[in-house]
Amino acid sequence: MLRVGPGLAADFIFCPVVRSFSLQYLCLETMDSCDTPESTPRQRASSRLKDYFIGATPLQKRLESVRRQTSFVPTPPRRKIPQCSQLQEDVDPQKVAFLLHKQWTLYSLTPLYKFSYTNLKEYSKLLGAFIAAEKQKGLAVEVGEDFNIKVIFSALLGMKGTQRDPEAFLVQILSKSQLPSENREGKVLWTGWFCCIFGDSLLETVSEDFTCLPLFLANGAETNTAMIGTWFQKTFDCYFSPLAINAYNLSWMAAMWTACKMDHYMATTEFLWSVPCSPQRLDISYAIHPEDAKALWDSVHKTPGEVTQEEVDLFMDCLYSHFHRHFKIHLSATRLVRVSTSVASAHTDGKIKILCHKYLIGVLAYLTELAIFQIE
Amino acid sequence: MLKEDCASELKVSSVDWTSSALHLCSPRSLAHEGISHLAKSLPLPSSVTRPRIDLIMFVVNLHSKYSLRNVEESLHHVDATFFLGKVGFLATGAGRESHCSVHRNTVVKLAHTYRSPLLFCDLEVEGFRATMAQRLVRMLQICAGHVPGLSALNLLSLLRSSENPSLEDL
Repeated sequence: MLRVGPGLAADFIFCPVVRSFSLQYLCLETMDSCDTPESTPRQRASSRLKDYFIGATPLQKRLESVRRQTSFVPTPPRRKIPQCSQLQEDVDPQKVAFLLHKQWTLYSLTPLYKFSYTNLKEYSKLLGAFIAAEKQKGLAVEVGEDFNIKVIFSALLGMKGTQRDPEAFLVQILSKSQLPSENREGKVLWTGWFCCIFGDSLLETVSEDFTCLPLFLANGAETNTAMIGTWFQKTFDCYFSPLAINAYNLSWMAAMWTACKMDHYMATTEFLWSVPCSPQRLDISYAIHPEDAKALWDSVHKTPGEVTQEEVDLFMDCLYSHFHRHFKIHLSATRLVRVSTSVASAHTDGKIKILCHKYLIGVLAYLTELAIFQIE
Repeated sequence: MLKEDCASELKVSSVDWTSSALHLCSPRSLAHEGISHLAKSLPLPSSVTRPRIDLIMFVVNLHSKYSLRNVEESLHHVDATFFLGKVGFLATGAGRESHCSVHRNTVVKLAHTYRSPLLFCDLEVEGFRATMAQRLVRMLQICAGHVPGLSALNLLSLLRSSENPSLEDL
């Protein structure tokens, strides 16, 4: 009795959760169809359904995006080689210099509820009070340190991929110096910053009250990170989880960072593999001159401006076969644990060190992608 | 007894699963006892006489690209008639995401190219291994023709994933 046209079928595939509801809706429509002879019941029903989907709530949009991701049609991933983006040109290199050459531990963070950039001073005070209270409780007692601590929240301008990305912000714990001189800044004990670079896939599925800053980087004592994590989780109803980088992603990073054009190379390109054997773990370290690595990449690379899965596989296979020819060891049977290039270095436990300010945004973009993937 | 038989056979394979392991199963008798032979790669040496092979399971370890390469090369040596339901892929190691070198989609694509079923099982876990052993024995029984009314080809069409709306797109 009810004829379903091809347009309708397509809508059904994308939103299975609302499928039963729409079917009911459809039935009601066609029952009243005898009143209006100008449009066929099928056309009217399909236009009604389309209106319904245009006004879809964020939950439905999220379901749609998750459904797309878990579908079995795997598109070969292509990623852009990091380049100097226009937004980065505005950023003063000195202001972000403190972000480079430091080892950051990575976490992924779910969206923050009711976070506002205008209340940064208030947050500083609240977090400072919280930390002082925790330390007095004796939960994190460090002998010999005086607990005159100041917390500063500040916005990091320019650390974004597109205009839609929320502003990054920085949290620092400084020790207040005992000397009376006012302008003397204390020593920085702990730094953490939140950012979102090209986070479009997450931004479009989240409602207005939430601020999406999925990537969190921390440098400093683990106890401080835990304390600050607890405060954020309580205040903004979010969740931190450590971001591990698996061997597959590390090889992508190796290829992308080798592909970056550099004027001069600061460090050798180095890989570290871990061989799973008992009783002791065996680590294999393979260092290449960065210009040789770039030459190898150039011979593999075909599409300008983009990196494809085949190119990454071929690049790594060349390294593996070279190593096998000399040492008769199959590196592909081991696990890639650390990649270090002149652009940045990354460890599988979720530690990263960025060395080049030119490609800072590019590196963070990939990490944001991994963080978003972990959240979803 | 059959359960123990298969669990112990799979246990042998799990010791070797850092490289790729090939599981060749053939029934010995109508009592449904299965023998499985383990091989690191194909082709098998032709000097040994062996019973008819009814099921080939390619075990791919997602932690190691080497196992994937090995399986890909071994696939070339398999006769085309086996792909009508007598070949399967078993991917192990998906549980520990942080150790994976091979993306899940790569194995999915491989299984799709060869039109064969893909099973996921973490062979490191005892309970999963036993369950998978039972499942493989069942598949073996069907492929050997010991289940009346069901053939390997029927099984293949039943195992084809129904979630995949358009296989032709791949």
